[in-house]
Amino acid sequence: MEKFAGLDLQTYWFLILGGLFSAYAILDGFDLGAGALHLFLKKEESRRIAMNAVGPVFDGNEVWLVMGGGALFAGFPVAYATALSAMYIPFIFLFVGLIWRTVAIEFRNKESMPWWRKTWDIVYTFSSISIAFTLGLILGNVVYGMSFNSEGDFTGNFYDLFNPYALITGLTAVALFMMHGAVYLSLKTEGRLFTKLVIMIRRFVLFFILTFIMQAIATIVFIPYIAERFKKYPWIFIFPLITVLSIANIPRLVWKKKYGLAFFFSSVTIASMFSLVALALYPNLLICSVASMHNINIYNAASSTTTLKTLLLIACIATPLVLTYTVFVFFTFKGKAKLDEHPGD
Amino acid sequence: MNAEILSRIQFAFTIAFHYIYPPLSIGLGVMLVLMEGMYLKTGKKVYEIMTRFWIKIFALIFGIGVATGIIMEFEFGTNWAVYSKYVGDVFGSALASEGLFAFALESGFLGILIFGWNRVNAKVHFFATIMVAFGAIFSAVWIVIANSWQQTPAGFHIVGDGLHARAEITDFWAMVFNPSSMTRLIHVLIAAFLSGAFLVLSVHAYYIVKNKFIDLATRGFKIALVFATIASLLQLWSGDSSAKKVAAYQPAKLAAFEGHYDSASKADMYVFGITDPKKQTSFGIKFPGGLSFLLYGNFNAPVKGINAFKKEDRPGDHAIKFVFQTYHIMIVCGILMIALSLYGCFLWWRGKLFNRKWVMAIFCFSVFIPQIGNQVGWYSAEVGRQPWLVYGLLKTSEGLTRSLKEGQVLFSLILFTLVYLMLFLLFIYMMNKHIKHGPADEKNNMIPPGSKRNNPIIENS
Repeated sequence: MEKFAGLDLQTYWFLILGGLFSAYAILDGFDLGAGALHLFLKKEESRRIAMNAVGPVFDGNEVWLVMGGGALFAGFPVAYATALSAMYIPFIFLFVGLIWRTVAIEFRNKESMPWWRKTWDIVYTFSSISIAFTLGLILGNVVYGMSFNSEGDFTGNFYDLFNPYALITGLTAVALFMMHGAVYLSLKTEGRLFTKLVIMIRRFVLFFILTFIMQAIATIVFIPYIAERFKKYPWIFIFPLITVLSIANIPRLVWKKKYGLAFFFSSVTIASMFSLVALALYPNLLICSVASMHNINIYNAASSTTTLKTLLLIACIATPLVLTYTVFVFFTFKGKAKLDEHPGD
Repeated sequence: MNAEILSRIQFAFTIAFHYIYPPLSIGLGVMLVLMEGMYLKTGKKVYEIMTRFWIKIFALIFGIGVATGIIMEFEFGTNWAVYSKYVGDVFGSALASEGLFAFALESGFLGILIFGWNRVNAKVHFFATIMVAFGAIFSAVWIVIANSWQQTPAGFHIVGDGLHARAEITDFWAMVFNPSSMTRLIHVLIAAFLSGAFLVLSVHAYYIVKNKFIDLATRGFKIALVFATIASLLQLWSGDSSAKKVAAYQPAKLAAFEGHYDSASKADMYVFGITDPKKQTSFGIKFPGGLSFLLYGNFNAPVKGINAFKKEDRPGDHAIKFVFQTYHIMIVCGILMIALSLYGCFLWWRGKLFNRKWVMAIFCFSVFIPQIGNQVGWYSAEVGRQPWLVYGLLKTSEGLTRSLKEGQVLFSLILFTLVYLMLFLLFIYMMNKHIKHGPADEKNNMIPPGSKRNNPIIENS
């Protein structure tokens, strides 16, 4: 096995994959959160501003899902094939949700009839919630484990995918993104809408803390291998500690009116939760709930080392480029979102 | 209907619907570069209005293209898990490159293209337009490479056997430059350029017929006409070299395209006709020996017929009938585009381009020609590849997800059909609205305070 700096190629790909999905959760997370709380904003003007804050960046944020999916397909085809085919219906819902979200953002402001806008507001909110929930559900099932045979063919029942653990994870995802989205919107707005959002942030933080506690309890109850891992490597406790501290930091920073830092810490919360999942799973990618010998891990699911090396090279060339123009685009649209600046409306 | 047939229908339906949009955004991307380039060069307000009008339409097309495209990336896994494992090592790197190099570039700069008109200066905006156009083209590069690998696999070896067999890359560049990838890429890109050019021609012809925005409409029409003429003539050459590649690497497919059964001494080329698999012959208007001549420059050169292949290794009877028609419709579309654009150029040369209403009326509907061409072209390529999913290596029936239930696929197929139907209606409604509304928009013509666009060429004009 070839190694660089003590880690093998497969582990690098595991880290890259984790990085891509965390980046997706952080970036699209605030769009989805903003969408999920959209109906809580009552005034037409507020809704337009909130949508304008998301409009220029959500397409770019969604790209991280495409890149994550591509990296999973290329790096670990067996895991890609098994995860997608096993969770067939949840993934179909995810895609339909993504379609409706895009369409709602694109079409809402194109007509001025109240029924038209109201309809798209509802579509926007419900598709955002359903995407967030489904993403959580999928992650929940990955952690909880599914039943499949040695060929990676799903042998479980459709209803198995809706186990309590996966449902709770779905709810946590919605709460997390709503908090994250509210903090993002507070950065992008001013005046009365801004004041309203600051009040909302506190409620969403509370909602998230509630689901987070539920999630923690459910993890202890349903996921024995995580507890074992914690016993074996006590240093992992750093991550739940970081998570809890950064969650606690958010209301404090909002109180101190440091919204930029609050957004930073809600991003840290997402990143540290993903790190926890990664540390719990590694080196596995998919847990088989019936026989642990069928677990799909980074070694039996990986592409050839030639391909992994090629991909690593591709990633090394492309990532700085992607980061450069992502920063450039965000820099272009920095500052507060306005009502009428977008000619596309 | 079993899960396999339903999955095939679902994949065909979702990809065919998706493929309405990418060629339009690739072609329109280049058109935008030309329009905005004209604006920067001349500083004329009319080109600015034109560019901004088409950016709006570009945004609409791109949005639906993305929404329907994400599904494609994951549908390999949901419905074709065995195939995904088989080709992941090869196909995955092409798809990942698409995401990293192309899609990220395009979506990143699209924000500036659409929303950044007043936030960045004119040159930066033009740069963003160029990046978006490049992003769209790069997407096509990687997707066509991946698809071409399925048609003419190269640069790999098979590891494992039976259920665990899969292809692994041995030579990345041999995979990228597999025998058919470059000819097919050129063919696809030119077709996309034509899609964009004819959309612009169509809409501008509509304004000319309606006698609206005449200055803008005629200027834009001319830009698009030059582009369309060059592209349609190049497509003639590219189509010919594509057919030669198919003959060399997928002979059963080419035989099906031309309804050529017996490996006789000479092969005919049909203008149009029907093929009868039962009698193993084709009827119609034909050039005797035409296919032999086109492929090998000799009217009597032998061409392998369908019967030279085992029944299980070649397209089925219905597939042969189908691709015979789709292939010929594609050629008709190509010829129509050449004829139409050359006739337009001829009229332009005589100074009568915009004098004849009926010519403009024909151009109004010309947008459908490249669209039909794209669709039937891909039907021919993909159905003609059957029964293979990866040519000569993996059959379509073997690539299916084994745990897939008929009910699941039926559910998702119905769901996609409903969603796409609504999406299409919305798209048509919005396109119609944009086009009816037209490019003149007082609100957009004002330069708001704080705009970075206080560039002298605009103020002087």
